Amino acid sequence: MIKLDNVHKAFGGKKVLRGVTLEVPQGESMVIIGGSGTGKSVTLKCILGLVEPDAGTIVVAGQRMGRGDREAFLSRFGMLFQGAALFDSLPVWQNVAFRLLRGHQKRPHSEARAIAIEKLRRVGLGPETADLFPAELSGGMQKRVGLARAIAADPSIIFFDEPTTGLDPIMAGVINDLIREIVVEMGATAITITHDMSSVRAIADDVAMLHDGVIKWTGTVGEMDGCDDPYVQQFIHGRAEGPIETLR
Amino acid sequence: MNAAILTRPLAALGRPVLAGLGALGRVVLYTLAVVSHLVRPPFYFREFARALLSIGWLSLPVVGLTAVFTGGALALQIYAGGSRFSAESVVPAIVAIGMVRELGPVLGALMVAARVASSIAAEIGTMKVTEQIDALVTLSTDPLKYLATPRVLAATLSLPVLVAVGDAIGIMGGWLVGTSRLGFNSSVYLTNTADFLEPWDVTSGLLKGAVFGFIIALMGCYHGMNSGRGAQGVGKATKQAVVMASVLILASNYLLTEIFFSA
Repeated sequence: MIKLDNVHKAFGGKKVLRGVTLEVPQGESMVIIGGSGTGKSVTLKCILGLVEPDAGTIVVAGQRMGRGDREAFLSRFGMLFQGAALFDSLPVWQNVAFRLLRGHQKRPHSEARAIAIEKLRRVGLGPETADLFPAELSGGMQKRVGLARAIAADPSIIFFDEPTTGLDPIMAGVINDLIREIVVEMGATAITITHDMSSVRAIADDVAMLHDGVIKWTGTVGEMDGCDDPYVQQFIHGRAEGPIETLR
Repeated sequence: MNAAILTRPLAALGRPVLAGLGALGRVVLYTLAVVSHLVRPPFYFREFARALLSIGWLSLPVVGLTAVFTGGALALQIYAGGSRFSAESVVPAIVAIGMVRELGPVLGALMVAARVASSIAAEIGTMKVTEQIDALVTLSTDPLKYLATPRVLAATLSLPVLVAVGDAIGIMGGWLVGTSRLGFNSSVYLTNTADFLEPWDVTSGLLKGAVFGFIIALMGCYHGMNSGRGAQGVGKATKQAVVMASVLILASNYLLTEIFFSA
């Protein structure tokens, strides 16, 4: 479904991706773990075309990234951003129905609103939130609205960028459960990037460890705890000592 | 060693020149992209209407206040200057011509630049920092078309209207001072104003307004879209938008005056 082959990306002199090779089968939930600045977000942005790779190929559902109709390519994606990235100037329901109010997937106003309210209900928010503005919502509610927006047009691929960052443990658990339920229910292919090991265990079918711009290890979530990869072991146990250098 | 002594100053000179040319090239490409989107669907009417309200309607108070005080001050200055060679009677004509040809468009545009270019740059810069621009792309929406095109069109269309309103208020400011402070007869003042003004005086000012509006919104959008990270990045983008818009307004005013009025 999603295949990255030897993807490189540098910003100025800083090489962020040094040959990422990764395959995510259709309907699987892949979680990419790794420390800050290892290239997790850049990997997602390369797949979406927000950042152009310097080298390597990315193929999504048989279509090579950067070729063909860009709007059609992007229409299969939904994304939950780290800070939710809701549009401040639009009420909640218009944020959720953004894709349904314009472009190829445009629907009548009333139908788009009805879908938005249904998606809000799916993420545990009542219709009374539909006409509020993002600034009137708590962080957890904003994440839920971001999640509702990500699934509004029933995408076949969903990306989650640090879905639990900045949330309390209970709200993080709620968001993790929601993500897992939605991915299973929709049969979508999902890629999540996170530092949060509780997210990994709740969301992942497969796990990939990204370090220093390359994938160090991939396997199922069940294999993760028993694997002998020193990078994975240091990361999942949060050890200061190990092959991943830390600043102290 | 000798070669380094020779090349170092050249390199020091060349780096800012190349950086400046690069920046100019990026602005030109951005301008061409915005213009090309003006004539290519889809067009976001709701965003356009919102921009029209924010840029046009909400700028009326600042443009009106600027114009009324400028017109009044102009009347006092021309009266004082004219009295040196017994030409006090030219006050209505010079106030009118000065306002519609130069001060109305330029001062109005500078005030709108301060209000609108900063606001656009801060809004779009914040959207960039908070990944809202990336979110637009993932939602199959071109940020340039969605954010820049409606604002640039709204500013280009609304500035001439603001200039026309500013012209009228500025002339009224001159009339107010002329009749209340300088002893002009009200109907004579207005008749002189109408007699001396030519349609091209007004039209040229409105055309200037359209160009200034384009510059204001373009600079706001460009610097917002290229904002650096964090609060400092947005602050810098906002400052650059206002400074560049103001300088380009003054430079293009000179150029347009040459084109419109040189013999």
